[in-house]
Amino acid sequence: MAEAEPAAERRERDADDDVQSVEFTAAGFREGFVTGFPVAVGVAGYGVVFGVVARRAGLSVAEAAVMSATVVAGAAQLVAVELWADPIPVVAVVSTTLLVNLRYVLMGAALRPWLGQLDPLEAYGSVFFFADENWALSIGALRSGSRNGAFLFGSGVVLWLLWIASTAVGATAGDLVGDPATYGLDFVATALFLTLAAGFWGGKESLRPWVAAAAAALATNAVVPGEWYILVGALAGAAAEVVTYED
Amino acid sequence: MRIEALRLDPAVVGVILAMAAVTYAAKAGGFWLLGHVDLSERAEAGIDVLPGAVVVAFVTPALADGGLPEWVAAAATLAVARKTGNLLVSLAVGVGVVAAARSVL
Repeated sequence: MAEAEPAAERRERDADDDVQSVEFTAAGFREGFVTGFPVAVGVAGYGVVFGVVARRAGLSVAEAAVMSATVVAGAAQLVAVELWADPIPVVAVVSTTLLVNLRYVLMGAALRPWLGQLDPLEAYGSVFFFADENWALSIGALRSGSRNGAFLFGSGVVLWLLWIASTAVGATAGDLVGDPATYGLDFVATALFLTLAAGFWGGKESLRPWVAAAAAALATNAVVPGEWYILVGALAGAAAEVVTYED
Repeated sequence: MRIEALRLDPAVVGVILAMAAVTYAAKAGGFWLLGHVDLSERAEAGIDVLPGAVVVAFVTPALADGGLPEWVAAAATLAVARKTGNLLVSLAVGVGVVAAARSVL
């Protein structure tokens, strides 16, 4: 068990993997915070949209803000509030959240060579704050040779603060908006997911899993009431990839 | 209105905390796991395509249920997203086009 090893020994072994040693300093935190700020401002636009959609789904401003403060995962939060109903479909909401966030398993794993050298409290604390944007910033910095282990934490905290604030702003403003269809606002979620799709598109190799996902979602939506089409479609897409994967 | 904005329904907070728990488990789990287990490349590939598959599964029935204004707006959104990669711009275009197309078509 890695946890039982003395830190010095672990440091030495990880260093053997051709990875520079990292440190965890206040200066490093500050650098992450400052570098992450412009990215966080961009993410705040997304936070406002999430707040509006959450408010429309029936969450209060406080509930939307608590979700942003504790879940810290934009796409998953958006899918979750789209599923929201009274009573809350708990199983669908929580399992879909997990499915949307399964990519974080691999992203967290990718941080291991650097964060694995840190004190467990520093590492597991930092990991809470990572989202797509600051993960990409941090992994970019670390891969290009930075020894700054607190960068992920600093860039994550600035993202987190603006994420919560912008959610509250969107949820508050959402109260002032009348019938959303008048302004085309009922199309916001669809447009948001299309934009995400454009970003996730990886060329021809995306085709097979995406066609499988679309077909399974359509078929499920036609025969099963509720939102199960998302789960079935997503699993069909992943299954198509696993089955057709060539080494 | 002020009190309603600050409402924290225990059932809602419970679901939110469950969402937070599975999300943190994913973030920390991968980090923890790598020191302990080797995922097959095949399984990694499946997990890799999940975000895209979720998005596609989400959006396909919504578009299938829509009409011409929604399809035109979807095409415009995708085109702008591909070209600019800017979330706010592509959202604005999508919403603007759907509102305009509904009043014209």
